[in-house]
Amino acid sequence: MQDILNQYNTVSDADVTTWFEVGTVSDFPENSGACIKYKTKQIAVYNFTRTDKWYACQNLCPHKMEMVLSLGMIGDKDGVAKVACPMHKKNFSLEDGSNLAGDDLKIAVYPVKIEAGNVYIGFSD
Amino acid sequence: MKKIIVVGNGMVGYKFCEKFVALAKDKKFQLTVFGEEPRPAYDRVHLSEFFQSKDAKALEMAPREWYEEHGIELVTDERVTAIHRVSKKVTTSKDINYKYDYLVLATGSAPFVPNIPGVEKKGVFVYRTIEDLEAMLSYAAKLKKGRKKETIKAAVLGGGLLGLEAAKAVMDMGFEPHVVEFASKLMPRQLDTRASNVLQEKLESLGINIHLSKATNKILGDKNITGMEFGEYDKIDVEMLVISAGIRPRDELGKTCFLEMGTRGGIVVSDKMQTSDPEIFAIGEVALYNQMIYGLVAPGYDMAGVAVNQIIGNTDVLMESDIDMSTKLKLIGVDVASYGEPFMPVEKGYSIIYENKTKNLYKRINISHDGKNLLGGILVGDATDYNMFHQIYLNGLPIPEDAEELILGSRGEGGSSFGSVMDIPDAAQVCSCESITKGDICCSITEGDCQNLGDVIAKTKATTGCGGCKPMVADLVNETLKSLGKEVKETICEHFSFNRQELYDLIKVNQVKDYDETLNLFGEGHGCETCKPLVASIFATITMETPNKQVGIQDTNDRFLANIQRNGTYSVVPRIAGGEITPDKLIVIGEVAKKYDLYTKITGGQRIDLFGAQLHELPLIWKELIDAGFESGHAYGKSLRTVKSCVGSTWCRFGMHESVTFAIEIEDRYKGLRSPHKLKGGVSGCIRECAEARGKDFGLIAVDGGWNLYVCGNGGATPKHAVLFAEQLDDATAIKYLDRFLMFYIRTAGPLVRTAPWLDKLEGGIEYLKKVVIEDSLGIAEELDAEMQGLVNKYECEWKQAIEDPNMAKRFKHFVNSDDTDDNLVFVPMRDQKMPKAW
Repeated sequence: MQDILNQYNTVSDADVTTWFEVGTVSDFPENSGACIKYKTKQIAVYNFTRTDKWYACQNLCPHKMEMVLSLGMIGDKDGVAKVACPMHKKNFSLEDGSNLAGDDLKIAVYPVKIEAGNVYIGFSD
Repeated sequence: MKKIIVVGNGMVGYKFCEKFVALAKDKKFQLTVFGEEPRPAYDRVHLSEFFQSKDAKALEMAPREWYEEHGIELVTDERVTAIHRVSKKVTTSKDINYKYDYLVLATGSAPFVPNIPGVEKKGVFVYRTIEDLEAMLSYAAKLKKGRKKETIKAAVLGGGLLGLEAAKAVMDMGFEPHVVEFASKLMPRQLDTRASNVLQEKLESLGINIHLSKATNKILGDKNITGMEFGEYDKIDVEMLVISAGIRPRDELGKTCFLEMGTRGGIVVSDKMQTSDPEIFAIGEVALYNQMIYGLVAPGYDMAGVAVNQIIGNTDVLMESDIDMSTKLKLIGVDVASYGEPFMPVEKGYSIIYENKTKNLYKRINISHDGKNLLGGILVGDATDYNMFHQIYLNGLPIPEDAEELILGSRGEGGSSFGSVMDIPDAAQVCSCESITKGDICCSITEGDCQNLGDVIAKTKATTGCGGCKPMVADLVNETLKSLGKEVKETICEHFSFNRQELYDLIKVNQVKDYDETLNLFGEGHGCETCKPLVASIFATITMETPNKQVGIQDTNDRFLANIQRNGTYSVVPRIAGGEITPDKLIVIGEVAKKYDLYTKITGGQRIDLFGAQLHELPLIWKELIDAGFESGHAYGKSLRTVKSCVGSTWCRFGMHESVTFAIEIEDRYKGLRSPHKLKGGVSGCIRECAEARGKDFGLIAVDGGWNLYVCGNGGATPKHAVLFAEQLDDATAIKYLDRFLMFYIRTAGPLVRTAPWLDKLEGGIEYLKKVVIEDSLGIAEELDAEMQGLVNKYECEWKQAIEDPNMAKRFKHFVNSDDTDDNLVFVPMRDQKMPKAW
């Protein structure tokens, strides 16, 4: 199981080697999440329409190793965009992947860009 | 600049410094404090806590830096040995002289060690300072060394307040404690004999041995103590002894400089705390006031305040002549309190006594002959009411006509016999350790900037002494905040500063159309997993919209109309109203489960749960179920789940009415109804109650002449039986009451609050609820009826909606960019079915 988790590492804008096209803006629900596949990875993608911002993170919740984060409810805590895991409501920052309850579990986050109505996720592999 | 010297840095000496800092602001005085102990003043009242924490610092009244910050010179480990009144100087143990203008003696007291032969033997201790405790601990360690598990006995001489505290300390050290008291009862100054008996039984049940009416003749042993002898053939074997037989004032300094002394010790003071030398004051346990030494903290603190005021020139501040000796304490987990006049001479009044040996309870109140005043009393076992009794006594508050209600509770409808804490006069002292009045506490909120209990404690210092007044201070703070409309509000989350009911009204009145508009109008930010489903639930009630309308704000279960399970797969529960199902429908469920390889189990609500469905399979499964005549069971929603039934009069030879028929009617009526939490019902055909209706949010039980309606029960983590709401109802009336009850609950309950805790918090409880629903006391019954009927009429199966929606396929696809399914799912076999593989 650890192998599955280990393939997710945060990618910053500067590290991106591949901008992978995952669909059009209208393929994704507004103000909630959906999941895309890249090689063996499952990535959750969220569209925050109130600020017109997009976020992406691993779909795997590191707590019980379930592929569920794209199903979680999104929102903000003190202005920081977040997702709440649907299983046990662990809150993760979509800005840096940190756990907003302050414990160790973190998630990997990925950059998203929108060009000509298409959605791209940045990967370094 | 005038010089003040304080001799003694105990609790009262410290209090002098604290009051000095608070009152003497113009810096005309320089304050020097001498303490003979190595550390700054600490809390002796809670000395036995040292055994648990071993942390002397935690007991400190204030750290050394506090004295520095306030310009007070603190000299520890140095004892004042002589006073030279003519030259106004003191000499210390280091042979240094200090000049004073005012001298304050706060030397306190020393344990009284009776002159018993053998009292000098090793293993005999007193109980007063941290050093005493440390010496006891190291002796105890030596005793225990090399011994295995045999019990070692230790005695405490003295069954008063401090003696019982010491017994607890001895027990905490791992010894078998024996308390030896000369008098025929425990705490002879505070308790009567019956109270002492109750306390004794309780203490003995906790493993503390009590020996009353014992005069110790001799301490036995060679070098070390081995026992105590009381009479010719009367002795106990103990290996350690703690003496706690009272106190003697530390008045040597007064004696040697010829201040006026009491015949049995103590330095005589006036109501200004002045000794016979007007420049020398005495406070605390060394001072003899009214021919008495007061061994309690509260009067000591008052004396400190009087002395400070006198010295800085507020000469009209005097010591009260009546000193309140009320005490409340927790002895080894047993509440003991005594106030006012605990023993009542017949010529002054009469007593009401309640004693319950099965619960180790004793309550006594002493009432004046005219029945109008509470003169004093005793509480053992439960001192919850002490603060209120104490205030009634201190302030002469009115008491019930039948005074026994004070200890037995009033037998009428609801309410306590005390009245509100707010009835106490402003001048009433609530915290006697710190002399804080009710007015001080309330003003810190109404006129100061205190917002909560924490602020009030920080500002006034109330509760920081013995802590006994804390419940009353908390009540006062809450009531005062309430009276200002500043009640600490339960808000939904950081995005909405309203509670659920307020937001419900706002959305309804303003005809808001969706979550986004709600957030624009009444909230801020993006929302979160708390407010989104809550608002979804409100919209479901106001417009009866299904979760298909605002998909993004639904909790994950509602978004996919299924229950997410352990490995991220879902379960499917079709509605089987009342638990009644035809064989054909049962076969359909079996076939569907087989086709999609679903684990199948009967639920607690008389229906069938199919587990292990993947997201993309959900619409396919539901298409087949709906085609066969099923509809959503709403097992995923905060909504009506099931109405469980027993087979009822149609088949059962005991049945009184048709419980299945009525259960189906009710389940069909409320299916799809969204609520603050899940709702379950039950209908039983007779009082054998096979449907467990009283374990549900609403339950009907058939009786002769109709249905008995029960409300607000649940199973779960805090099981609660539903309470009887109305009797012998016909079907239509039962449904009318249910409509109103459910609607009222849905409107007013907080998020995720089930009916039972909602009723607990409902002011007026079940009687109030009956008035609203049956008598229409709020005049809203018609509205509630209409709202419920509207919801019933608008019901639609949300799964039917979902599979007919052309966009639905998108929602139930695992990947946006691929038709693959989740390849991480692994199942393993279990008892001919399957289960998720454990990671």
